[in-house]
Amino acid sequence: MIALEVVAKLLGCLLVFLTVPLLVGQMEHKAMAHMQSRLGPMYAGGFHGWAQLVADGVKFAQKESVVPARADRRVFELAPAVALLPYLFVLITIPVGPGQTARDLSVGVFFALAVVSVGVIGVLMAGWSSANKYSLLGGMRAGAQLMAYELPLVLAAASAAMAAGTLSLDGIVHAWRWWWLPYQGIAAVVFFVAALAELRRPPFDMPVADSEIVFGPFTEYTGLRFALFLLAEYGGIVVFSALTAVLFLGGWKGPFFEAQLGWLWLLLKTMALSFVVIWLRVTYPRLRADQLQKLAWVGLVPLALAQIALTGVVRVTTS
Amino acid sequence: MATGDLATADMVLNIGPQHPATHGVLRLALTLDGERIVRADPVIGYMHRGAEKLFEVRDYRQILVLTNRHDWLSSFGNELGVVLAVERMLGMEVPVRAVWLRTLLAELNRVLNHLMFLGSYPIELGAITPIFYAFREREEIQAVMEEISGGRMHYMFNRVGGLKEDMPAGWPDRARAAVRRVRVRVRDDIDALVRGNEIFRARTRGVGVLSRELAEAFGVSGPIARASGLDVDLRRDEPYLAYADLPADVLRVVTRTEGDCLARFECLLDQVYVSLDIAEHCLDVLDSLPVGPINVRLPKVVKAPEGETYAWTENPLGINGYYLVSRGEKTPWRLKLRTASFNNVQVLAELLPGELLADMVAILGSMFFVVGDVDK
Repeated sequence: MIALEVVAKLLGCLLVFLTVPLLVGQMEHKAMAHMQSRLGPMYAGGFHGWAQLVADGVKFAQKESVVPARADRRVFELAPAVALLPYLFVLITIPVGPGQTARDLSVGVFFALAVVSVGVIGVLMAGWSSANKYSLLGGMRAGAQLMAYELPLVLAAASAAMAAGTLSLDGIVHAWRWWWLPYQGIAAVVFFVAALAELRRPPFDMPVADSEIVFGPFTEYTGLRFALFLLAEYGGIVVFSALTAVLFLGGWKGPFFEAQLGWLWLLLKTMALSFVVIWLRVTYPRLRADQLQKLAWVGLVPLALAQIALTGVVRVTTS
Repeated sequence: MATGDLATADMVLNIGPQHPATHGVLRLALTLDGERIVRADPVIGYMHRGAEKLFEVRDYRQILVLTNRHDWLSSFGNELGVVLAVERMLGMEVPVRAVWLRTLLAELNRVLNHLMFLGSYPIELGAITPIFYAFREREEIQAVMEEISGGRMHYMFNRVGGLKEDMPAGWPDRARAAVRRVRVRVRDDIDALVRGNEIFRARTRGVGVLSRELAEAFGVSGPIARASGLDVDLRRDEPYLAYADLPADVLRVVTRTEGDCLARFECLLDQVYVSLDIAEHCLDVLDSLPVGPINVRLPKVVKAPEGETYAWTENPLGINGYYLVSRGEKTPWRLKLRTASFNNVQVLAELLPGELLADMVAILGSMFFVVGDVDK
């Protein structure tokens, strides 16, 4: 019985992991196109190109998987999996309704942040093993970027955990009230910006800057492995948007039917945040590596620390 | 090296000949120390097509086809240089309608050229949207150019002695409407989206500073030189076509003194507005001109008399010059081509060392070159 439930929940997670990123991908196709006075995909599937990503997936599956002659073969082949799987694991801890989590951990925040950071190791592996100078530069940039943005990410999440008095993600949502929006606002912004940097999404896409280093760590990848990296990028957007929603926007809380429609409220918030991620890509040029570091250390870390101090003072005076 | 120091090695990185940031087949051999550039060698010639040698075996009508192609973004401007040189050798008087229409088309061509770079430069800095806006505006002007000349890129509209044909009926109004639409949308979309963007400014301000002296020493010209404070614009300093008859508030020469990437971009952007103003002024003048010929009747074979002349024009990317030497044949004995991009790219070897790899793309893109114009 319990085994069946576990299997069902895991399958549910897998299903979400395979569909919601595609939704975000399709939204990127269409939203970006309309912002750029284009139409985007219009033919695949008939209605406004809804099946474009399915078609892309089929195409990627058909492509030859090339491993460069001088690449470190095993590391090269393993890298996409290392980049992709952490996001899948994090999904297990995300609450989709009151008490509705695939596995509610008492250290949920800690688990989520620890596992999410593993993803960058996949990128480093790809950069190092490709035997390509562009890949190497990209991998190094990715590593440096993660080091810088991990700290504000953790500090901002810590502030939410402090305010709720628990590390459980479900517990944080339970403790969330609407006035957290101004109260934890700084942390929310810091978390979201740092998450963008962790995802290497514009304006923090220095590691994959196509006009400079071709496609950074992913330059040498083809076929399904390349598709896995792309899936990891969109899976990452979903996971980080969901985490932001859970920590700072009240997760499954909504105007009504929280127990039944919690998943819908969370999905709506996640999609709204994903839209912001896409919007930023359309709007901004990319930051240079040193400007990126400066933003993290001079901008985000002090802001996150100030937020923690504020949260601490409020907690001590009100309890 | 002291014991205990980490052994490091410089890395040689070839940017190009096939690379997204080089707009063609320019190759930069960079020596990198980490991400910092120690040495930069532009390697050119991958697209050398022997234009100058081909000029010598083509008559003056056929030469126009070749000049269309070395800088494929300024075809009309290139044609102009040759016909001006030949007309000067022949002592030919060009009808006034043709003079004004040439000025108009040259400025529209300038706008087309600049829009291309206004779109592609942000792409190099990671902003993917402006190129779509730039191409939407290019389409607007290209439709007008296509209607009058039949070409979208290689117009072949100049003839020795004038232009191929007069304007189609109703064309001036459509051209005026296009100019108006482009002006508004360049301001509201491209200008508003890019110029004030904090990240764009941070990436370009103070980056790749080209001093006025260096620009002079390397013969840099056009918007790049004017961004460094080198206030040279042949349209004002040595006017050809109808530029001498333009009021000073229409023909404004855009200059900056900073010499950085931002200044170069702003020069380009502001020049678009100036060119649109000039185009509008030319349309007004054309409206007031009486009906008349648009070209001069030519003999079957055009032969430039023995002698030599140098015609240079302010092309969109800088000074474009043709040194024409004729021995009275129907082909030139020698037609030396001076292109803007060739000189502008040479200065990269001086600009790049000491900069970061990430800035390399910002600097390279801000030199606004066309590889065909470099290699000829």
